[in-house]
Amino acid sequence: MSKPVVITVDGKEITVPEGEILLWAALDQGIYIPHLCGIREAERPAASCRLCFVEIEGIPNPVTACTQPVQEGMVVRTRTPRVDRLVRTAFELLLSNHCLGCAKCPKNRNCELQKIAKERGLKLKLTRLRPLLKEVPRDESPDAFIYDPNRCVLCGRCVWVDHHQVKVGAIGFIRRGMERKVATFGDLKFAESRCTQCGECVKVCPVGALSFKKKEQEYASK
Amino acid sequence: MKTAGPAIVETYQQLKREARKKFEALKEKPLVLVGTATCGRAAGALNVLAAFREEISRNQLDAGVREVGCMGHCYAEPMVIIYKPGFPPLCYGPVDEGTAGRLVVDFLINDDPCFEFAIAALEPNDFFPTFSDYPRGIYENKIILANCGLIDPEDIDHYLAHEGYEALAKVLTMDPAAVVAEIKSSKLRGRGGAGFPTGIKWETCRNTSGTPKYVICNADEGDPGAFMDRALLESNPHQVLEGLIIAAYAVGASQGYIYVRAEYPLAVTRVKTALEQARERGLLGESILGSDFSFDIKIFQGSGAFVCGEETALIASIEGSPGIPNHRPPFPATSGLRGKPTVINNVKTLSYVPHIIRKGAEWFRSIGTENSPGTAVFALAGKVNNTGLAEVPMGTTLRQLLYDVGNGIKNDKRFKAVQIGGPSGGCLPESALDIPIDFDSLQQAGAMMGSGGLVVLDEDDCMVEIARFFLDFTQKESCGKCTFCRLGTKQMLDILTEITRGRGRPEDIDLLWELAEDIKAGSLCGLGKTAPNPVLTTIRYFRDEYEAHIQEGRCPALMCKELITYYIVPEKCSKLCNVCIGSCPVEAIYTRPDMLKAIYLDKCVKCNSCMVACPPQYQAVIKISPPIVEDKGDQAHEQTSGNNR
Repeated sequence: MSKPVVITVDGKEITVPEGEILLWAALDQGIYIPHLCGIREAERPAASCRLCFVEIEGIPNPVTACTQPVQEGMVVRTRTPRVDRLVRTAFELLLSNHCLGCAKCPKNRNCELQKIAKERGLKLKLTRLRPLLKEVPRDESPDAFIYDPNRCVLCGRCVWVDHHQVKVGAIGFIRRGMERKVATFGDLKFAESRCTQCGECVKVCPVGALSFKKKEQEYASK
Repeated sequence: MKTAGPAIVETYQQLKREARKKFEALKEKPLVLVGTATCGRAAGALNVLAAFREEISRNQLDAGVREVGCMGHCYAEPMVIIYKPGFPPLCYGPVDEGTAGRLVVDFLINDDPCFEFAIAALEPNDFFPTFSDYPRGIYENKIILANCGLIDPEDIDHYLAHEGYEALAKVLTMDPAAVVAEIKSSKLRGRGGAGFPTGIKWETCRNTSGTPKYVICNADEGDPGAFMDRALLESNPHQVLEGLIIAAYAVGASQGYIYVRAEYPLAVTRVKTALEQARERGLLGESILGSDFSFDIKIFQGSGAFVCGEETALIASIEGSPGIPNHRPPFPATSGLRGKPTVINNVKTLSYVPHIIRKGAEWFRSIGTENSPGTAVFALAGKVNNTGLAEVPMGTTLRQLLYDVGNGIKNDKRFKAVQIGGPSGGCLPESALDIPIDFDSLQQAGAMMGSGGLVVLDEDDCMVEIARFFLDFTQKESCGKCTFCRLGTKQMLDILTEITRGRGRPEDIDLLWELAEDIKAGSLCGLGKTAPNPVLTTIRYFRDEYEAHIQEGRCPALMCKELITYYIVPEKCSKLCNVCIGSCPVEAIYTRPDMLKAIYLDKCVKCNSCMVACPPQYQAVIKISPPIVEDKGDQAHEQTSGNNR
């Protein structure tokens, strides 16, 4: 539909459709930019995880790739000292509020936090920041899956799928600030809510917050 | 539309003539104006109002009593203005019910103006100084506050009698593009905080296609220590309405909103009344003043979330979603409320608009500085003598503002810092007192104009604690959407809390600084981008206080409770006095064998009661930092023996 344009990412010229969002354009070309909250089909990016920072020539400060439509001649750098520092801090902040202990997590080896750590050479433990996690109970009420808020990074992918793909509207974000979390309407247990337990939200969870029971049991026994 | 020009002006002139007549008639007999804005009410203005009414009716006087807004002299609330033919209009404050009674009997009946209760006269005369005879009057240049406290906010005729809606009548005969051009040429910058050029915002919205277009007045004032938007809405709501209607005409909007927080019930009531009256007079609604321009305004009451002052969050809130910001661009001017072009302006910004239209862009540019023309409205709060609202030209220095307008620091204490721009602003030290206040200079110093909140701090304020206080506010008000703001401010708050408790680590200052920089750079919206400012500026200007807390376990301002001990100096204490013992809520003070008093350290809850209670001739209670360690010094020995009693 739209004509292709040439942009430069990390010195490499790539051809992408004009107006495409930079994050997806780069990922399609095999250039990895850390991201958690991005949803390709979403009308408007949430831009909430603050991980996909890049520097673009002509823009003074780093910007998020998920909010940036590509333009002809755009020169992008995904790795600069400023970008690396922002990504590192954002990543560490997420870890400070995330239940660590990958060995016991059903998402081990398949977790996007692990992927970011690997790609960017970041540690999967807290070094300079203080742990902020207050352990809260998991919701094991559904037949097929478990919701563990202690592992949730608030990317919102589950909420988006629930609202826009399966169109049930069982879950959403509630409360503000540190209290913000994904919950069912009225903060009921999943089994008591209008959730149909279709499992689509579990499939898109990038970390171990929503996981199928079968998988969970495998790991819990380890 | 232009053919209707003369008709519009004539319709308006007719309204104004009638309003003038009505307003002038008021002053033919004695008139008492009582300031009943929220600040006045808090000080007891409603009782004063009732006292005047009762006293006047008891004496069967033919005198009017009216409620008005706030003149800005909140330190002198409740304030009263009395017009009596043959006397200069006089302003009194603080007035209580007793004074009210005396003013009625002595002044209204017996012609003694009671100068002893007066603050100033409103017009030059041979008997009493006016406001402009005080240092404050030299610096103050009131534009948007000019009529506040002098007109009845619930009577549209008072506003009309003071050139109100003249600018609206004028723009209706102009081409909308020319209105935008005028505002652009005035270089008016947004008074909500960021200082974005208003004209450019309007132009962008005007040039974007899409209907309907919206204009929104942002009255979601939430900064600790800021109250100027509230005062404007309570004192002169029509001025804001007129600005909003002009904005709508200029950009081609058909619907407007006033987004005001529900915690401002009086502002909501007065704006509601103003809207009804404006509709009645044909100044709002279908074909305004007989032109073919139709526009109406709704009030939207927010539930008081700080982040809802952010444009995109405010829009989400009106749309019925949680008030959570979205990334920009697209800016609301191109895609705002319901995806339509929307102009959002602060209460103060809109209040300037009628004045600029009436007196011209050049007049406005002649006030203030080149890049920040006009005046700045500040809410003076904290340890300053004359708390309240002040309007001074941009470029006035902080020193002039605090010492001349604000009349100096309370209780002759030493000035330490000023937190300017609310929680998003920064703490500026004494060395910054001579910088001119305008958008750019403040930004350079690490603070910002913000909404104009200005909290004055003195030697008793601990800068680490102040940074912690403001960060605690922003951390609690964070919507939690983005990583940096949700978790970053919490990290910073935890570090600051530990420092104020004497548990800071040497590397914490650098960590705070790094986190602050990253949160500023990485956050999604203005709340996160500015939240670290108090921390950055306090580290920048008061690093020694951070170091004292961390390295010496000492709070130099003697404010952080866990780093101080209360101590009774035996040489100053009197054997004859037991006041401190009576004041202590936890029985932590005891009488020593020599009849002097001392404190059990383990029982003391550091409530400060003994220090307040100790009579001024002794001043025997002091605070010590770092705190006394149990097994050192006389005091501790006695405390131990006391425990063994």
